[in-house]
Amino acid sequence: MTPIEILATVFVVVGTFFGFVATVGIVRLPGLYARLHAASKSDTLGSVLSLAGIALVLGVTTESLKLVFLLVFLFVTSPTAAHAIARAAKEEGIEPIGEDARLGDEEGEP
Amino acid sequence: MTSVLLAASGGPEVTVSETFSLILLAAAAAFTLFAVVLLYRVVQGPTTQDRIVAINVVGTNTVIVIALVSVALGEYGYLDVALVYGLLNFVMSIAVSKITVEWGGVL
Repeated sequence: MTPIEILATVFVVVGTFFGFVATVGIVRLPGLYARLHAASKSDTLGSVLSLAGIALVLGVTTESLKLVFLLVFLFVTSPTAAHAIARAAKEEGIEPIGEDARLGDEEGEP
Repeated sequence: MTSVLLAASGGPEVTVSETFSLILLAAAAAFTLFAVVLLYRVVQGPTTQDRIVAINVVGTNTVIVIALVSVALGEYGYLDVALVYGLLNFVMSIAVSKITVEWGGVL
């Protein structure tokens, strides 16, 4: 393990943690908009951190350039897709859940 | 010219240590597990948009798993596969969210 690999390990582990946060958020949170909130932010950060970790190890090569392309692309498109989904849900008339909804409760759905 | 051909066929001369390779494979396994757990929301999700969100995150996890496995095993050609998966995932999300509102202006 070189020092750069230890740094990359930290990046990948933190990225995996954020992937876990996104998964828990999507499975457990009540209502569509709360799930979108978990998906768009945590998943973007988790994927970007993981890809940055392995791009660090490869150094300045064609492969790390491909990884940086993928990273920038995910960083731009993941929130864009979440925005499009949220707008589609709003145009379909799905309302956000109210204050009386509980965690894990499907009553918040329209 | 030789180096260009090598870069096109074989990939870089970077080799990662065995411990780091195992860490990358463990992270890939974790992301695969997250994708399997997300299938609960795909099956259960009350609205169509819930399913789209979950499938979108499953696709992102697939991209990350391909990239992690590619570096862990030294098969750098898989990075191109990961790029194409990322592009297709984005197009799928936009197309399905447009279709669900009957071709309304989503973006």
